[in-house]
Amino acid sequence: MNTIKDIDLIRQKAQQDDADQTCIYVHMGTCGIASGAMSVLGAIKNKIKEDGAAKDVKVVTTGCAGICSQEPLITVKIPGAEPVIYKQMDEQKVLRVYESHVKGDSAVVEYALARGMEYQIKERKASAGHIPGEKVMTAEIPGIEELPFFALQELRVMRNRGLIDPAKIKDYIGRDGYQGAIKALTEMSSEEVINEAIGSGLRGRGGAGFPIGLKWKFAAAEKNDIKYILCNADEGDPGAFMDRNVMESDPHSIIEGLIIGAKAIGAHQGYIYCRAEYPLAIETLNKAINQARALDLLGENILGTGFSFDISVYEGAGAFVCGEETALMRSIEGKRGNPRPKPPFPAKAGLFEKPTVLNNVETLSNIPQIIVKGADWYKEIGTEKSPGTKIFSITGDIENVGCVEVPIGTTVDTIVNQIGIVSPDKNLKAVQLGGPSGGCIPKDYMHVAVDYETLQEYGAIMGSGGLIAMSDDKSGVDIAKFFIDFCQDEACGKCLPGREGTKQMLQILEKIDSGEGSPDDIETLKVLCGVIRKTALCALCKTAVNPVLSTLRYFPEEYQEAVKTKVEMGG
Amino acid sequence: MQAVLEFTKEQIDEVDGLIDRYGAHPSGLIPLLEKVQELLGYLPLSIQEYISEKTHISPNRIYGVVTFYSFFTMEARARHRVQLCLGTACYVKGADAMVEKIENDYQINFGESTEDGRFTFEKARCVGACGLAPVVIIDGEVFGKVTVDSLDGILEQFA
Repeated sequence: MNTIKDIDLIRQKAQQDDADQTCIYVHMGTCGIASGAMSVLGAIKNKIKEDGAAKDVKVVTTGCAGICSQEPLITVKIPGAEPVIYKQMDEQKVLRVYESHVKGDSAVVEYALARGMEYQIKERKASAGHIPGEKVMTAEIPGIEELPFFALQELRVMRNRGLIDPAKIKDYIGRDGYQGAIKALTEMSSEEVINEAIGSGLRGRGGAGFPIGLKWKFAAAEKNDIKYILCNADEGDPGAFMDRNVMESDPHSIIEGLIIGAKAIGAHQGYIYCRAEYPLAIETLNKAINQARALDLLGENILGTGFSFDISVYEGAGAFVCGEETALMRSIEGKRGNPRPKPPFPAKAGLFEKPTVLNNVETLSNIPQIIVKGADWYKEIGTEKSPGTKIFSITGDIENVGCVEVPIGTTVDTIVNQIGIVSPDKNLKAVQLGGPSGGCIPKDYMHVAVDYETLQEYGAIMGSGGLIAMSDDKSGVDIAKFFIDFCQDEACGKCLPGREGTKQMLQILEKIDSGEGSPDDIETLKVLCGVIRKTALCALCKTAVNPVLSTLRYFPEEYQEAVKTKVEMGG
Repeated sequence: MQAVLEFTKEQIDEVDGLIDRYGAHPSGLIPLLEKVQELLGYLPLSIQEYISEKTHISPNRIYGVVTFYSFFTMEARARHRVQLCLGTACYVKGADAMVEKIENDYQINFGESTEDGRFTFEKARCVGACGLAPVVIIDGEVFGKVTVDSLDGILEQFA
C-alpha cells in the first residue's frame, strides 16, 4: 500500500529529474497528430538513437501546446538557456533544429515561434524579457511574453499545458498534482470541502453556470449508501474542443477533481462519460486511471486514508443529447439517451435512481487548485459573480486557432482581435458563442465582456466555450439554418416540440434561404421559437431556438432581403 | 439457438466472448454493442436477436439503442468509411463545397455507399480538430485543411 509519504517521494524525485537535462517536448494532441506530429517524433527519436545521445537528450511527449494552427509544435529546452518553441515542424525541419539548436546551440530563427515557455511568462515580463540565469537566445525570435496569443492568457486549468507527459503520473505529481486530493482526504471534512467550493464561486463550465459547491451540497445532504459522481466529457458542441484538450493533456487533474468531489458528497464510484469521437482522450484517461490505481490514489482505502473511490470511463455512442444530464445517466444505464423531466433532480435520483452529481471536465479540473490554494486565491481573477478563468476554443476565420484560457470578463475584442486575430482576407461579421444553444455577438459589440450574465443580455451564452469567428461570407439565415439543421438531426424525438418543432423551423429556414419565403414565414418562425422555448422537454431543444433568435435580432435585414425577392415577384 | 447466417462460427465465438465480458449487466449493453460492431462491422437484426437471447435483454430495447445512437449501423459498410465533418469550424471553412463534390463525383448521399463497395459516405459531428478545419476522416484517420482540389489525392490512397 502506497502512502502519502510515497507520493511525496515521487514528487521530489520528479522535480529534480528534468532540471538539468536537455529536453525536446513534442506536442501531441489530436490536432498535432493529425498535422504530422507522429512523424516528427519518429524522426527525432531515430536521430537521437543514431547519435547514441539518448542519455543526454530526453524526448518528452506532451499534450497540445494550445495553438493548433501552428502544429506540429516542439519545444527545445537546454539547461541554462531559454527554451524555444518551434512551429509547423516536419521530418526535415526537426532534424535541422536538432543539428543547429540541440547540438550547435544556435536556434533556427525561421522556424521559431517564441522564446520561453508559457509558465515563464510572468517572470519574463517582470524581469525585462528574460529569466535571470538563462542564456538569451537570439532576439530575432519574439519572447513569448510579447505574443498576445500567449501573454493575454491566464493558465489555471491548463497550467500543465506543454509541460507534462499525460501518460506519466509522476509528471503530474511533480507539478504538485494530487496535493488537493490528499488535503481533502486527510485534513478536511466533507463540509469544509463543500464550503471551499462554494466560497470560490466556481460555476459549472459546461454551459449552465450552476455553482458547483451548491450542487455538491444538495447531493451531500441526501442519505444514501450509494451515490455517484460523474464527469461530463461528452463535449458535443460542434466547434468546441476545450475538454478534449484537457483530457488529452492533463487527465489526472480530472481524476483528482473527481476524488475531491467524491469526498464532498460521499460517493465511492465515479464515471467519466466521454464521446466516442475522442479516441485519444479515452485512451489517455484509461491509462491515467490505471496509473492512479497502481499508486493507490484510486480504489479501496486511498493512500491508507480509509476513503474508497474508483472511476470507470464510459464511452458514448454518438448522440448530442447525451450531454444533457438526465440523458447521459440513461445512457450509462445502457438505455436510449432520452432526457426525462426534472424534478426529481439528479442530486436526489440520478444514475440508477441514486443521488448523483454531474460535473463538466473543465469545472472538475479547477477543483484541485481551489483546495490547495483556497477560495480567496481563486477569486483573485474573473468577475465578482463569475470568478476564475474560462477556456475557449477559438476557431473560424481567424489566424490563431486554438484553446485559450482567459479570466472571465475578458472582452470579445481581446479574444478575437488580439489573441485570435481575424484573417486579413476576411471581414468579421459576428462571433458565435455557445454552439447550437448559443447566439451571435455582431462585430459592433466587440466590447462585450465574456461572462455568464453579460452574454445572456446580448442573446448569446457562455456555453461550454466554443467561440467561432464568422466572416461576412455567411448570411444570418445561413448560420441559423446550419444550427437548426444540427439540432433537428440530434433531437432525441421524445417530445413533440423538439421533434416536430425543429423540423418545421428547418423547413421554413430552407424556404427563406432558397428565396421562396414570404414575410409571413419570418413571423411564423418567431412564433415557433417562442413555443419551443417554452414547451420542449430538455435544454437541448429549448435553447435550439437561440441561434435563430440571435440572427433575427442582429441581422433582420438579411431575412427581409431573402424574402423580398419573392414579394417583388408577387409571392 | 438459431444460427446467424451472415457470420462465421469463429466470429460468433468471439461475440460469445464479448457477451461474457459485458453482457451480465444491462449497463454493459452499449459497450457490448460497440465491441460487436467493431468486430463484425455492423449490427443486423439477426445479431441483435442473438445478443438478446443470450443476455435476456429484450430485442426491442437492443433495437432501440442501436437505432438511437449514430455510432451504430444496421447495414454493412463499404471498405472505407469517409466522414465529412460538419462541425461549425468546418462549416465556416467551407465544408459544404466538399459535400457537394463527393455527392457529384460519386453520386452518393450521406449514409450511402458507392456501388463498387469502396466508400461509405457519412457525416461527422465535430471531432474537435477545429484547428485543421475543414477535416475529412477516413477510417478514423483525420485529414486536415482539405480543399476541393486536394480531396481527390486523399481519396486515392484508399482503393
